[in-house]
Amino acid sequence: MKEKELMSELSSIRNLMERSAKFISLHGLSGVLAGIYALVGAYIGYRLVYQVGGGLIYRDYYVNDQEIIAKLIVVALSVLILSIITAVVLSMQKARRGHQKIWNAASKGLLLHAGIPLLTGGLLIVVLLFRGYFGIIAPACLIFYGLALVAGSHYTFNDVKWLGISEVVLGLLAAMMPGYGLLFWAGGFGILHIIYGSVMYVKYDRAK
Amino acid sequence: MLEQFDKAFESRIRLQIMSVLAANESYDFSSLKDLLEVTDGNLASHLKALEKEEYISVNKSFIGRKPNTRYEATQKGLMAFKKHLESLEKLIKQQK
Repeated sequence: MKEKELMSELSSIRNLMERSAKFISLHGLSGVLAGIYALVGAYIGYRLVYQVGGGLIYRDYYVNDQEIIAKLIVVALSVLILSIITAVVLSMQKARRGHQKIWNAASKGLLLHAGIPLLTGGLLIVVLLFRGYFGIIAPACLIFYGLALVAGSHYTFNDVKWLGISEVVLGLLAAMMPGYGLLFWAGGFGILHIIYGSVMYVKYDRAK
Repeated sequence: MLEQFDKAFESRIRLQIMSVLAANESYDFSSLKDLLEVTDGNLASHLKALEKEEYISVNKSFIGRKPNTRYEATQKGLMAFKKHLESLEKLIKQQK
């Protein structure tokens, strides 16, 4: 065997090990877009809560008005659904370009392992909403989302793990500073997604 | 030098199968087929050969009515795979 052949043999083995265990069709742009949706959502939320004017980020009272809560939930869910649709569409395009299947052993593992903390967190948040613990919702969203990313990261790019850890840290900080929930929410779902999405885009998607 | 290369890995597909099983706890037949882009019969015969060497173990079960066959690398298989990779690397170094 010639050296070139040997090298290509080794790199094909490495490629296959990576490809079989990791979902690499995740597109960096879906992170960036999800971040932008979240920032728009956070801005709408901000306008809903602070209708009375005033440019202060902090407020002394808690949001208790049922109607505002319902509107905030609709905004948050819209951001979530838009982000998921974007991620799925971009992944499908990327998979097609790379001649790969989007539904494979790695994507199943990713969904299962990220799904468990995500579903747990989602249900907990619904319970908290019904019981009126509004202050804990933003930190709980961030923490459970972060844990889900860490759990799922074994099945995709390692950057996702670091995004998850950052979300958890931000969630814990948010829990220590009640009243800044929306700001942390915008930071975690908006800014962090844009940062990590751009990093992943540059690392894996550009010029390929 | 050449005797260090495992006969079982002479076929590219068999080496590819081992690569996948080394990176994953277990893998099922149809996912393996999609990944390697080979035919049913071709994949099955290579899997049989690896099974005969006791490099992989087979776990047959049913999901509903569909048969679900999962493959796992054995300790022996992983050792052989590692050795094979090492001799590949050695050969590269020698040629440099």
